[in-house]
Amino acid sequence: MSLKPAALALPLLALLLGAGAAQVGGPGAAPGAVTAPGRGGAGPQLPARLTQTGLYQAGDLSRIAPALQSFSPQYPLWSDGAAKTRWILIPLGRKIDARDTDAWAFPVGTKLWKEFTFQGRKVETRFIWHPNASTWVFASYAWREDQSDADLVPEAGKPAAAELAPGKWHDIPSVTDCRACHVNGGPPVLGFTALQLSTDRDPNAPHAEPLRPGMLTLASLDAMGLLAPPRPDLVASPPRIPAEKPLTRAALGYFTTNCGTCHRATAQGSTLGAVDLAFNHLAAAASPREEPGWATTVGRVGKYTLPGEAPGGTHRVVPGDPERSALLYRMASRRPASQMPPLGTVLADEAALALMRKWIAEETR
Amino acid sequence: MTPTRFLLLGVGALAAATASAGAPAKASQAQIKRGEYIVNMMGCVDCHTPWKMGPKGPEPDTSLHLSGHPAMMKMPPAPQLGMPWMAAASATMTAWSGPWGVSYTANLTPDPETGLGKWTEQMFLDAIRTGRHMGKGRPILPPMPQPAMKNATDADLKAIFAYLRSIKPIVNKVPEPIEPAAAAH
Ligand code: HEC
Repeated sequence: MSLKPAALALPLLALLLGAGAAQVGGPGAAPGAVTAPGRGGAGPQLPARLTQTGLYQAGDLSRIAPALQSFSPQYPLWSDGAAKTRWILIPLGRKIDARDTDAWAFPVGTKLWKEFTFQGRKVETRFIWHPNASTWVFASYAWREDQSDADLVPEAGKPAAAELAPGKWHDIPSVTDCRACHVNGGPPVLGFTALQLSTDRDPNAPHAEPLRPGMLTLASLDAMGLLAPPRPDLVASPPRIPAEKPLTRAALGYFTTNCGTCHRATAQGSTLGAVDLAFNHLAAAASPREEPGWATTVGRVGKYTLPGEAPGGTHRVVPGDPERSALLYRMASRRPASQMPPLGTVLADEAALALMRKWIAEETR
Repeated sequence: MTPTRFLLLGVGALAAATASAGAPAKASQAQIKRGEYIVNMMGCVDCHTPWKMGPKGPEPDTSLHLSGHPAMMKMPPAPQLGMPWMAAASATMTAWSGPWGVSYTANLTPDPETGLGKWTEQMFLDAIRTGRHMGKGRPILPPMPQPAMKNATDADLKAIFAYLRSIKPIVNKVPEPIEPAAAAH
């Protein structure tokens, strides 16, 4: 048995912090909720069941808690065809610090939920929580067979939670996998950004969901006074990928969500030349070529070598030649040595591949 | 409780006590020794140090200790095997071919550009625990015994990392893995 001082101290600490965390829980977070052990040691404890997180009103699955808002990012992340529904809780009286258009900061008490449905069945609901100034908590709840509630998934995740195609399974991610994308130098909240909530929505974004009445947008956020300082500029001239050509706009938008959370550049300090590979949209970019997703890929040699090519001879994007572009090859792959993105998906995104093939062939010269 | 555990307990307390001083605590020497012991016992050298022909037969090339598959080696295409043969290894024991393609053992020395020099302890723990390259990328390929190593305690993994930090840095840029020929389209 491994008995270290830390092993003894941590449960104690967790108990202490857990008690404090109950006070900052949002509406519906059952006080004294059964806590789950072993989530990275010290830290606020997570409720054992989804119905205790504050998502539903009085635990009634047919009623979302009234304090929550739903939203739909204009460039959704590819999740093997899952239908996804998202909600956010900004605690009453608090605001999002919206000074940096590329990196909003969320107030203490913020919670987000994302429900994953495959073939009409709820499989998991992911949960992000900002219980205190120094902590972000990432978790997932696995839906029960009878869909009556969902249970907190252990830190190691839950492999093979739903079969998507013969032999292809959806895995509920481990906390380390959550952190791989969400704790990465940028804001921990990824789908709730100025670009994603823009009212100037890209009609060609792959898998974009229609904006339903009541969903948050930049306009409603600003009208509700949830941005600090108020950003009427984002309403008057809504953020968009700075591209006139529809394919380029959609391709760069897809990149920002699906590649740009790991491959990131920031506008401050370093010029793009110093960044090897980045895909995230920058508000400061004034043309497609200034977007990291173009500047670091088109005509640029990458570290990956396509089969049959000399080492160091493969470009990420060969202008006009999709088949010789490592980017397309790796997006199409679901083999361990080449797949991109390397986590969160087991099926290639055919709609996005078609878009990228056409974009590289027609608009990258 | 084994004597080793007891030792570790003492070491941990010492580390905590001296942490605020900022200087590398004496404890890390014990940690490095423990790491060296585990690395030797677990056979990391078998795969991560290239083997050469010595006077008494094949032996690891100690001048290249844990520096991974030699980048200068020109490798011919991997052999095609018939079932039930499944995997093949180079004479150096650093290049491996199987259904996953060809994998090359990593440079575990602290060289910043080609080894683990820029890795943090957390990255090392994440990589071994998750089986993902650097803790967040592609899956780590066979025959790296990550599925076994992931059962180690945090203390043991930290000791391994401390030891790998202490060895001689060697510049050797190990090639990226190659996909199985049949899979490429
Ligand atoms: C049977 C052969 C073998 C043994 C034994 C072995 N390794 Fe490896 N190791 C590999 C191979 C092959 C790779 C490269 C895998 C890849 O590229 O995905 C690797 C990769 C690694 C990596 C890089 C992981 C990453 O994130 O890319 C680390 C760290 C590592 N090994 C540490 C160790 C340590 C420490 C030991 C001993 C406890 C050990 N290995 C024993 C074959 C081995």
